[in-house]
Parts: sequence; structure tokens; C-alpha cells
Amino acid sequence: MTAAVLFQSVSRHFGAVRAVDGVDLSIAEGEFFAMLGPSGSGKTTCLRLIAGFEQPTSGHIEIFGETAEGVPPYRRNVNTVFQDYALFPHLSILDNVAYGLMVKGVGKAERRRAAEEALAMVALPGYGARKPGQLSGGQRQRVALARALVNRPRVLLLDEPLGALDLKLREQMQEELKTLQKTLGLTFVFVTHDQGEALSMADRVAVFHDGKVRQVGTPEEIYRRPRSRFVADFVGSSNILSPALCAALGLGAGTASLRPEQISLGPATGDRIGLTGRAVSASFLGPVNRLTADCGGERIVAALPAGVALPAPGAEVTLSFDRSALHLMEDA
Amino acid sequence: MRSEHRAKAPFGLKLAAGLGLLFLHLPILLIFLYAFTTEEKSYRFPPPGLTLEWLAVTWGRADVWAALTLSLKVASLATAIALVLGTLCAAAVSRSAFFGREVVSLLVILPIALPGIITGIALRSAFSMADIPFSFFTIVLGHATFCIVVVYNNAVARFRRLSGSLVEASMDLGADGFQTFRYVILPNIGTSLLAGGMLAFALSFDEVIVTTFTAGQQSTLPIWMLQELIRPRQRPVTNVVAMIVVLVTLLPILAAFFLTRDGDSIAGGGK
Amino acid sequence: MAAVAGLSAPSRTTGTTGRLSDLLWRHPRLLLGLLLGPPLAWLGVVYLGSLAVFLSQSIFAIDDFSGLITYEPTLATYRQLFSDANLDIIVRTLSMAAVVTLASIVVAFPIAYYAARYARGGWKALFYLGVMLPLWSSYLVKIYAWKLILAKEGIVTWAFERLHLGWLLDAWLALPVIGGNSLSVSYTGTFLVFVYVWLPFMILPIQAALERVPGSLVEASADLGADPRQTFRHVLLPLALPGIVAGSIFTFSLTLGDYIIPQIIGSSRLFIGQAVYAQQGTAGNIPLAAAFTVVPIVIMAVYLWAARRMGAFNAL
Repeated sequence: MTAAVLFQSVSRHFGAVRAVDGVDLSIAEGEFFAMLGPSGSGKTTCLRLIAGFEQPTSGHIEIFGETAEGVPPYRRNVNTVFQDYALFPHLSILDNVAYGLMVKGVGKAERRRAAEEALAMVALPGYGARKPGQLSGGQRQRVALARALVNRPRVLLLDEPLGALDLKLREQMQEELKTLQKTLGLTFVFVTHDQGEALSMADRVAVFHDGKVRQVGTPEEIYRRPRSRFVADFVGSSNILSPALCAALGLGAGTASLRPEQISLGPATGDRIGLTGRAVSASFLGPVNRLTADCGGERIVAALPAGVALPAPGAEVTLSFDRSALHLMEDA
Repeated sequence: MRSEHRAKAPFGLKLAAGLGLLFLHLPILLIFLYAFTTEEKSYRFPPPGLTLEWLAVTWGRADVWAALTLSLKVASLATAIALVLGTLCAAAVSRSAFFGREVVSLLVILPIALPGIITGIALRSAFSMADIPFSFFTIVLGHATFCIVVVYNNAVARFRRLSGSLVEASMDLGADGFQTFRYVILPNIGTSLLAGGMLAFALSFDEVIVTTFTAGQQSTLPIWMLQELIRPRQRPVTNVVAMIVVLVTLLPILAAFFLTRDGDSIAGGGK
Repeated sequence: MAAVAGLSAPSRTTGTTGRLSDLLWRHPRLLLGLLLGPPLAWLGVVYLGSLAVFLSQSIFAIDDFSGLITYEPTLATYRQLFSDANLDIIVRTLSMAAVVTLASIVVAFPIAYYAARYARGGWKALFYLGVMLPLWSSYLVKIYAWKLILAKEGIVTWAFERLHLGWLLDAWLALPVIGGNSLSVSYTGTFLVFVYVWLPFMILPIQAALERVPGSLVEASADLGADPRQTFRHVLLPLALPGIVAGSIFTFSLTLGDYIIPQIIGSSRLFIGQAVYAQQGTAGNIPLAAAFTVVPIVIMAVYLWAARRMGAFNAL
């Protein structure tokens, strides 16, 4: 099957800055694909390369099997939801949504009908006569979404679309976006620096760092088997076990990641591995509590369910975890 | 800076500011008084009497009408040219950082930064060297040169506010460059162009120094005024013309002020 | 959902404009060239060209017998420029520009300060218009207004007599250099009109500079024990200085180049602008006119360079 978006060793350099550096990607049709990374990691530039706002310095991009280099943004069947929404301030909401149809020469009555339906789809029926300035951030975000979707793009690009919303609204929109994507069966490419957002929404995640893709996989793969220390650190929090400890545990050469919630308090039983040490600090966080312990020079953080009594700092503790929770990483 | 409990302005400052503003406005107000004086031979104050007679006399003066018509024509064409060239320049300067961008900004400002007499004589000697006779178009050429900067300044300020993602959004939605210009850029910079155009019109309508060198025997309204200033022939008519000039320039300036102010408040409300 | 999906497939922009748009999109340099071409052709070629040709004539000289320009590079014209009579003109113009600039600062500062720090809401708009309207009002009408005001039979004489101060005005006019037959033919008159006409150019940059001074700075200074005078001297004035310098660029440059104001209101002694006008017109000595023109350009170039060193541009 043809990939919806294909990157073949794509680079985009701005002078000496390698914003995107030899990226290979294949995004399948109908996939909810997240590009995750800290700011400046190249994820937004990749999005702009798909939209056509940037041209690759080298490499090759295909959108549904067609070469994308040299094709202007207005000739790509791809639409974007911008980070700042970029609603046209001089146009009404209805005209904003109908804009794409208008410039393509769709008749007035038809584009009006389509725009109204798109607004209804994002739960803003009857808002068409207002101006963008009269809407709240969340409403503007929905208008931006309707404005892109009304063109029936084959790929929808979303550039940190939820970044400007408050927490509650963000969670609600995550839900809605996910549902919308499944109903429409569209390919979504979603840029975010929020790992929680990426893990909860995406079918697959690409983790970006320094212009390179560090790992691509399902959220579960990324979380359970981070391939590098950067991924382990950036996606969730992780204990990194030193090569010495890995060797002692018989894991082989390298470092290993161990998720805090995989660790329980108390001696090892069966196949589990036990570590003894001294509690350094304990903090109460609500549903889970965090215990930091010093086990022979290794600082280990464990996330313990509420209800487990936390040891006092300085007390001797034994931590245990399943061998399968350890994941050996590629880099040191 | 915006604390509610600010100290009140010291009296001395209020007085100095008030007197300063008075100094700026009284002379112009005086023009209105003199337009109605019955005195014909001198600038006597207070006027011995008031009359509307000179309005009628001025109305019947063909030379005043001819000068006024020429000035309006010149200002219209010069404004139109300045609008096109100033907008092009502003668009180029704001859309990309290119080598020599500073030079372009400087070049646009130069005709108004240098004393008008330099621009005037330079153009005049160029015309005479190229054997171009003085005409309506030589006046327009001179005016457009220094009007570009007014349009440019207004347009550049608005381009700067026009978020780059709006243009990208338009292209993303399928609009090519021309459609984007027509449907997104133009509506967003429209009022600033109108304001710039108004100011350019006022500037051109009032210009005398460059015009002196590029008009030849033609007489724009300011040239007519200048001749009256140097060799007064009929003072009451000059008084009336002065009042008309004040009124004609006042309107576009007020319009420009409210146009740009409105745009600012809309943009502010959108944030 | 179904409704959106029911739309016809988007038709793409085609035709000539579409193809042209593609071409310009692929070659942004071409677009830049098309945008810059017309204005650069006008300003860079026509305007700068005329300017260069005119100024370059200063290195030629007029042949005394034929009255025609001899196209051989010579410093004769510049030697003529620095003759005593012409140096007089330059010094006179420079002194006037300096005095006008100083007076403008003194009159402009309170207005700018009040507008920036105390005026609010409607008053602020009023102050703004109150400066903008005179700025944009007709230059000639403004001069004409002063001709009315300063005339021997005009409002100033009338006001002085009403206040029984006629003797004071007479005493002032009797002073050497700055006096004269009446105010309208004296340097005092020229000076007043210059200050009046250029004043808005001084107010606006000072106000802009003062607007940027956060009120908390003034409060902090007061909090640290400075009295208002000290605050003004040590906090406000230094911060307003870039604005003052920027304003003085306008007042200085405009005074240097003006030839109409001293012609209409003032004594018969020439200023640079009038000398240029006379040389290119009645005297027909284009090289000397060009050389005279070089003077304000050089002075302003030095002035701008100094202002840049003082950071007057960074602040604006």
C-alpha cells in the first residue's frame, strides 16, 4: 500500500542549522501519527515540509505516491491546523470556513452549506456570522479545524493545536479529535511536545531530537522499549541503570531503563529482582506517591500506589521489579 | 506606567503644555478670522469689520480655480503612483530579509529627509539635461517621489502586524499567490493604504518647494499662494484661499487618523 | 460528516494566473525582483540619478566670460563657496538652525511630557491630534498666518499696545542683529516661524521616547528619595535624550534646507537655501548651487553619524 506521507532521508538546513537531518518516515493512510519532541527538535519543520511551506535541502518526500518537492502548498491535498489558528481576522467565521472552497471556485450556496455543516461537526452551529475576535480560544481552535476539514484533505496536519488551551479543554479536545479522526478515517499528523498527548492519542509516535527521528513505534513500544536514553527520559520518566548494575544483573553491556511504576516495595519473590538501599525522600502526589532511594550509589525512583506506607527518609528499603520491566538500550 | 494613583501633573507643566498647544493652534485659527475681514490693504488687527464678500469674489476667480484643479489632479495622480510603488516596496521589505534591505528603506526615506530644494533642483537639472519640457507630469513625478515614503511607512507597519501564518493559511487552503493577495493581504492592509494615501494626498496638495522647480509656468495652489506671499496682489482673496487650503488638508488628515486608529483597536480586540 | 464527504473533489487553480503563481512560488527571488523593480527604478535610477548628476556638477565651474559650465574637474567652485560672503551665509544658517533647535526642545518638552505621562484616553487622542494637525497643515498657510501675526499692524503689535508694553517691543526691535523695522522683517520673526513650523517634528519623537519610560522607573526614583527635580534630571532626561536627538535631526535639517521662510519673513540677508535658489536661478551658476547643496548634506551626514553613535536610532 502507498504511504500517505513518505520521507526518504529528508534534510532541511537553515544556514548552518540542521533543523531536519536525514529523516526517514512512512505514515500510513488513516493513521493518527504524532511527531513528538522538545522545541527545536525538527518536528514542526517536518510538518511544514509536508504542508509545502518548506522545501527539503536534500532527500525526497512523497504524498500518496506523488513527489512533493516543487509542489506549492496550494496544490497539495493537505490542510493544516495552525498553532495560532491563523483565522482571517477580516472574515466572518462562515467565510473563514468556506475560504478553501471559495478559492477553488465552489458555488456560493454549496460552500455555505458545506461550511455550516463543518461548523456543526465541530459543535459550533450558528456561529457563522461572528468574527474570530469574538470567539474564545477553544472555539477558534474548532473553527480552524472545520476550516481545514471542509476541504476534505487527504492528510490533516495539526501543529500543536491544543497548546494554547487550558488543561480541561485540552483533555476534552483530545478526546474529540481522536473520535473525529476515527469517524473520518483521515490521516492525521499531529505535532506536539506533550508526551502524554502523543501517547494517548496517536496510533504511532515518532520521537524527534536534534533534527533526527530517534524512534518510531506505537505508544506502548515507545514507552516500554525506549531505544535510547533520550527517549526513555523524554517519554515519561525513567530510571536509567548504569552499565555496572546492568552487568551485575546479568543483562549484558549497556544501560537499561526501568519505569518507576514497575517497581514495588518489598523483597523479591519468584523471578523478580530485588535491590536494597536507603530511602532518600518520599513525596505524596495523590493517586501515586514517589519514593526516591539510593541503592548502592544508583538513584532509583519508584512510583508506589496510594495506600502503600512510605518509609521515612534514611530507612532501609528493599525494592523489587520484574525482569521483563528492564529494557536494555542502544546507547550508553 | 499605568498606575491608577498617579500624581497629578504639576501646575507649571500643565501651563507650559497648554501654552505650547495654544502656540501651535492660534495662528491657524487666525486664518479663519482673516478670511472674513473687510480690510483690503493691510493685515490690520483687530479687523475693522467682517464680511462674506471675499468668499464670493474668490469663488469667481478663474486663476484660483485653475490652480485648485491642477493641485487636485497632481495630488490624485501622485497619490496613485505612490500607493503602487510604496506598497510594492513595503511588501518586498517585509516579506523577506534580503541583502540591501536597509538600503531600500533608506532610499525611500531620502526624498523627504533631504531638504526639498535639493530634490527639486536635482529633478529640474535632470529634466533639462534630458530635454523634458515642464508639464503636468513633471510635477507629478516630483510629488510621487516624496509621497512614496508616506504610503510605505503606513504599509510597512501594517505588514509587520499581519501574521505570517495568515498568508500560509491561505495558501494551505488552496489559494495561489494572487488569490492570497486579493482575499487576505489586501483586506488586511487596506485601511493602512487608505490612510497612507490620504496623507500622501495632503502632502502633495500642499507641496511648494519641489513644485517650484518642476512646474515651469504652471501654477498649483501652493505656487499661487507663494506668489501672493511674495507680491501680494489681492490680500482678501489670499486670506480666503488660505482658509480653503486648511480645510482641504484637514479632512484627509482626520480621516487618516481615524482609519488607523480604528484598525488598531480592531487588531487589539482580536488579541 | 457525510455532508462534508459529499463535496465535489476540489478543482485546483489553473490557467495563466495559476501558472504564474507557481512560477513565482518556485522562484521567490523573481517575485522579490518584480516587487522591488518599479520602486527601485523610480527612486534608485530616476531620483538618485538626478541627485548624483546635480551634485557632481559642483566639481565643475562656470566660465566667467561665457557663463557656461566648463566640464573639467576643478576645485574653483568650492574655493568660491568658502569666500567670506558665502561663509557668512553658512554661519548664519547654522546659527539659526542651532537656536531654532534649542528653542524647539524647550517648547516641545512640556507638551511631549504631559502627553506621554499624564494625558489619558480622550485627552491623549486630543493631544495627538493637537500635534498632528499643525504638523500636516499647509506649510505655506502656516507661514502666511505668521505674516499676518507679525505684521506691523498685526496682532502682536496690537497685543503689546493693549498691555501698554509697546515700548518693550520697540526696544526689542531696536536691538542690533535680531531687531529690524518690524518683526516680520527681523531675524526674531524668522526664528519664531521656524520654531513654529518645525515644532511638531520635535514633539513627536520626544513623546515616543518618553512613552517608553515605564512609570515604575519614576516611582522607583521617588522611592529612593529623589525629589521631582532630581528624578527629571537623572532619570527622565537621559531616557528622553534619544528622542530629543531624533527631533533635533528634523529641526536642524529642515532649517538648513529651507528657503521660503527666510524669504517671506526675515531680513534680506540670505540663508543657504536662498543662496542655492539664487545660484541655480537668477545667477545661473549651477556648480555653485550644487556646492552649496553639499554643505547641508555633509553637515547632516556628520550629525546623523553622531546621533547614531549616541544611540538615537536604536531608541526609535
